[in-house]
Amino acid sequence: MAVCIAVIAKENYPLYIRSVPTQGELKFHYTVHTSLDVVEEKISGVGKALADQRELYLGLLYPTEDYKVYGYVTNSKVKFVIVVDSSNTSLRDNEIRSMFRKLHNSFTDVMCNPFYNPGDQIQSKAFDSIVSAMMVQAC
Amino acid sequence: MDQGAAAGTGGTFISLSETEQRCYSGLHALCQPDGTGTPAAGKVAELFRASQLPADTLHQITEVCGAKRLGYFGCGQFYVALKLMAAAQAGLPVRLESVAGELPLPVFVGITRDPEMRYPTHPPTNESQPHIAGSAPRPPADRPVFRHPESSMDEQEAWSPPRSPPRSPSAYHSYPYSAQRNGTDALLAYDGKLSSRSSVSQENSSPSHYFVRLQPEPLPITQVSSVDYSDDPWRITEEQREYYTNQFKSLQPDLNALILGTTAKNFFTKSKLPIPELSHIWELSDVDKDGALTFSEFCIAFHLIVARKNSYVLPETLPPTLRPGYVDQGVTQSEELSSVDRQVTSRPGVNTCKQDTRDERRQSEFSPKRLPDASEKPIRRVSTLKPDSPQELDASMKSRTRPRSHSSTSIDDAMKKAEEPPTPPPRPQKTHSRASSLDLNKLFQQSGQASKSSWLPPPPALPPRPPATQIFSFRHGSNKNTQKAVQQPNFADFSRFREVETSTPPQRPDLRGGLSTEDLAPPKTDPSAALQGHAPQKPVRRKLHPDSQSATPPSGTPSSAATLTKSTQRLPPKQKRAIQMAIRKNRETNAVLTRLNSELQQQLKVVHRERVTLESQLDLLRPVTSA
Repeated sequence: MAVCIAVIAKENYPLYIRSVPTQGELKFHYTVHTSLDVVEEKISGVGKALADQRELYLGLLYPTEDYKVYGYVTNSKVKFVIVVDSSNTSLRDNEIRSMFRKLHNSFTDVMCNPFYNPGDQIQSKAFDSIVSAMMVQAC
Repeated sequence: MDQGAAAGTGGTFISLSETEQRCYSGLHALCQPDGTGTPAAGKVAELFRASQLPADTLHQITEVCGAKRLGYFGCGQFYVALKLMAAAQAGLPVRLESVAGELPLPVFVGITRDPEMRYPTHPPTNESQPHIAGSAPRPPADRPVFRHPESSMDEQEAWSPPRSPPRSPSAYHSYPYSAQRNGTDALLAYDGKLSSRSSVSQENSSPSHYFVRLQPEPLPITQVSSVDYSDDPWRITEEQREYYTNQFKSLQPDLNALILGTTAKNFFTKSKLPIPELSHIWELSDVDKDGALTFSEFCIAFHLIVARKNSYVLPETLPPTLRPGYVDQGVTQSEELSSVDRQVTSRPGVNTCKQDTRDERRQSEFSPKRLPDASEKPIRRVSTLKPDSPQELDASMKSRTRPRSHSSTSIDDAMKKAEEPPTPPPRPQKTHSRASSLDLNKLFQQSGQASKSSWLPPPPALPPRPPATQIFSFRHGSNKNTQKAVQQPNFADFSRFREVETSTPPQRPDLRGGLSTEDLAPPKTDPSAALQGHAPQKPVRRKLHPDSQSATPPSGTPSSAATLTKSTQRLPPKQKRAIQMAIRKNRETNAVLTRLNSELQQQLKVVHRERVTLESQLDLLRPVTSA
C-alpha cells in the first residue's frame, strides 16, 4: 500500500499528487521532486538506440530510512512515482508493478476522455478511486 | 405465524409468513397487468427502484432470486426478490439464507396507487395512507390474503380491494401499488394481531373475499405522485431515444459506427455544461473506454447531459437502467447488448474500423458484424438485467485494447486529416453532359486518377483488356498501334478529338475530383456520337478509334470496336494512314499527359506544404506527445 502516489507530466510538473495525510504532505512532495532527478538519470542513461527496449518500470529509485520510492515512466515521458513505507516489507516487486500497471491503465482512460486536455490537472473521479484503493488506509 | 405456501413456481422454496404473503401477493397483483402469473418486468423494475436500494443491491437481488437466469420474474422469483429486498432494507446481506427468517416487509416509496378508485367503496375513514394492495386473489395466496381483509375489517384499516387480475388490468398500469409501502409500517403494527388470526379457513375466504371487495381502498392519488417512468430520471424513454437517434445520425449517419471523441466533445460542449462535468459524464458513458462513443454510449451520455441540465445530480456510477446491457422495452437494447458483445468478439476489428471511420466511414466493416446481432437477441431474453457482463466485458476489452486504443485516437487522426485533402472521393457527376469536353475529362480523370491516387494502373491497362485482346488479335499489322491501343486506349480517342479538346480548356480541377467511379466503369454511352466528333463518354472504350475513324461508326462495346478494327484490317492501304494517324495521336497524347503530369506535381507540392503546416500546428498543440 502506497503512502504517496504522484503523476508527473513530461515537463516535470505534477499532474496529480496524492498522499496519505498523516505525515505532512510537504515531505512527500519534496521526495517526489527529488526522485525526478533519479528518473531522469535512469531514462537518459539508455541511449537512443535502446529507446524502444527501455522498460517502463524503473524499479526502486532510491530508498531512505523511512520509505522507498519506485518509478515508472510511460512512452510519452509521463512519470508515475509511488512512495511506500519502508516498514511494509511484504510488498513485492510484482505487486508494485501491478500497481503501476493499474495506474497506467486509468491514466490512459483519463487521456481518452476528450474533455481532458493533456497537461491539465487530473480531476477524474475514476482515477481518484483507483488511487485511493491503492493508498494506505489512514489509521 | 404459520409458514405459508412456499413461494415458488420457480422452484425456490422459501417460507413466507402470513403478512409477507399478503403483502407480496398484493405486490404481485400490482405487477401483473394481464394476470398471467408473470409480473411485468417494467412494474417489477419500478418496484425495485421504489425500494430505494442501491443499484448493485438490486442487481444482486435479481441474480439471487433467479430472475436473471430465467430472464423474467416468475411468481417465485418475484416473491424471493421481495424477501431479499426486505432483507436488504433491514441491512442483511442479499443471500438466500437471509430470507429464511422472518423479516419486516420491504418498504417501497414513490409508488402511487391509483385505481382503487374503480372500486365502489367507502374509503375507510382513517386512511390517506397507502395500504397494502389487496392482493389479487390467487389461489395459493388467497388464504393469507383473506386474512387481510378480515383484519382490515376489524382495524378499520383501508385495504385496497383485492383485485382479480382480469378485473383490474388498468390498475397496475404504472401505479405500482401505491407503495402503500408506507402502509407496510401499518402492516407491521398489525403483525402481532394478524398472527393471532391463525385460522382463516379457505371457506371463509370467499365470503371475506367478497367482503373485502366492498371495502376497497381507493387510495388517494395524492400518494406520491408521478411514479413510473417519469419518476426515474435514469431511464430513457422512447421519445428520448428517438431524439438521441436523430442527434446521433446528425453526427454519424451509421448507427453502428462510432462517434469520435473530438466530435462528441464539440457536440457536448454546445450544451454549455462545465467541462469537469462533461468529463465526468464522459467517464460514465464511455463504458468500453475507447475514446469514442457507440450509439448506446452516446444515448447514455446525452441522457446524462439532459438530466444534468434539468438539475439532477450526476451519479457516481452509471445507474443500472442506463447501462448498455439493460433490457428495457427499447428495441435498441438488443443492439446495445449485441454491440457490447460484438465489441468483445471483434475488438481488433473495431479499432481498425475506428480508423476507417475516421477517414472514410467504411460501414461495410460493421455490416458483417451485424450478423452476430441476430444471435444476440435470444441472449437478451435470458439476461434481463446484465450489468455485470458489460463490466466484465469492459475490463477485458480494456485490457485487450489498451495497447492500441490511445495510439490510434490522436496521432492517426492528425495524419489522416492531412491525408484527406489529397485524395478526395470520386465525384460521380463528372460532366457527362458535354460532348466535347467529355473525352478530355475522362482522359484526365483516368490518368489523374492513376497518378494521384495510384488506385489503378495506367488507365489503358484496366478497362481495355477485353477489347485489347480483340484488337490485338487482328492488329498484327499495326503492332505499334495495337500496343498503343492496348495500353492507352483512351489516347486514341483523345487524340482523335484533339481539336475538340483544344477548344475546351483543359479541366484542371477535374484532375482532382475527377476520380469518379462511374468514369471507370465503361458506360456504354452513345459511341456513335462520340465517333462523330463528340468526345466519347469513356475513353476506355475508345481504344480502337484511330482505326475506327475510317471504319464504320463503332459502338461503345469492345466487340464492336473489334469489328471495326477488323474492317480496317481488310484495307491495307488504310493501315498505313491509320498508323500514321495513330502515331500523331500518340504524340499528342504524350504532350497532354506530360502537361497533366506537371500539373499534378504542382498539386502534390501544394498538398505537401499543407501537410507540413498542419503537422507543425499539431506539434505546437501537443506538448505532451512523445519525443
